[in-house]
Amino acid sequence: MSAPVKLLYFAWLRARIGHAEEEVALPSDVRDVAGLLEWLRGRGPRYAEALRDLSVIRVAVNQDYVGLAHPVRASDEIAIFPPVTGG
Amino acid sequence: MIRVQREDFDIGRELDKLAAGDHTVGGVASFIGLVRDFNLQGGGLQRGGADRVSAMTLEHYPGMTERKLAEIEAEANRRWPLSASLIIHRYGRLEPGDRIVLVATASPHREAALAACHFLIDWLKTDAPFWKSEETPEGERWVEARAADDTAKSRWD
Repeated sequence: MSAPVKLLYFAWLRARIGHAEEEVALPSDVRDVAGLLEWLRGRGPRYAEALRDLSVIRVAVNQDYVGLAHPVRASDEIAIFPPVTGG
Repeated sequence: MIRVQREDFDIGRELDKLAAGDHTVGGVASFIGLVRDFNLQGGGLQRGGADRVSAMTLEHYPGMTERKLAEIEAEANRRWPLSASLIIHRYGRLEPGDRIVLVATASPHREAALAACHFLIDWLKTDAPFWKSEETPEGERWVEARAADDTAKSRWD
């Protein structure tokens, strides 16, 4: 296990997962966003349901939009949220 | 300039300030987004019934919001000769008729001011991390992103 990452959830993802943020220590084999999402889906039915459809999920690492192959590292701030609807 | 705030804003005062004292400005363009009392996702433009929206709550990602808005504003300033630009976006609970967003641009030339204003609101809608939850007769529901917003943004590629 490495140093924790900070996970943030917004909008209906926050509602479905049940909390807005958490700090978690990632297993060493979780190296990128795709791996993180897969690991989170294994943490329980709320996560599995909320993170089921990747087409309605966006991810930002340290406040920049990233793709599934983007690396995740200790101490990153990783936000997971639906497509934005401001304006 | 970027402002993300719960409070309302005064359109006249904000537009006056944008060009105040700068006599190279030949035009100020603006877009004001308002809360409407119906939702297109409910099946069309008809009012009442399933489409009625009595209020909405805007949530955002503090930190990333300001960062993305500053990036969008910097990009507009790279593309057009702007004398000044302003984005004000509100969050929290708003009711129909309330102002949500103000985008304003000032330039020596109207073409630059109008195009940059249009660009800013199109980009803001797809890039700035805000989410709307609507209060309807059936309960609260999260607004879904629209493909038309991506199309509107892509015109500036």
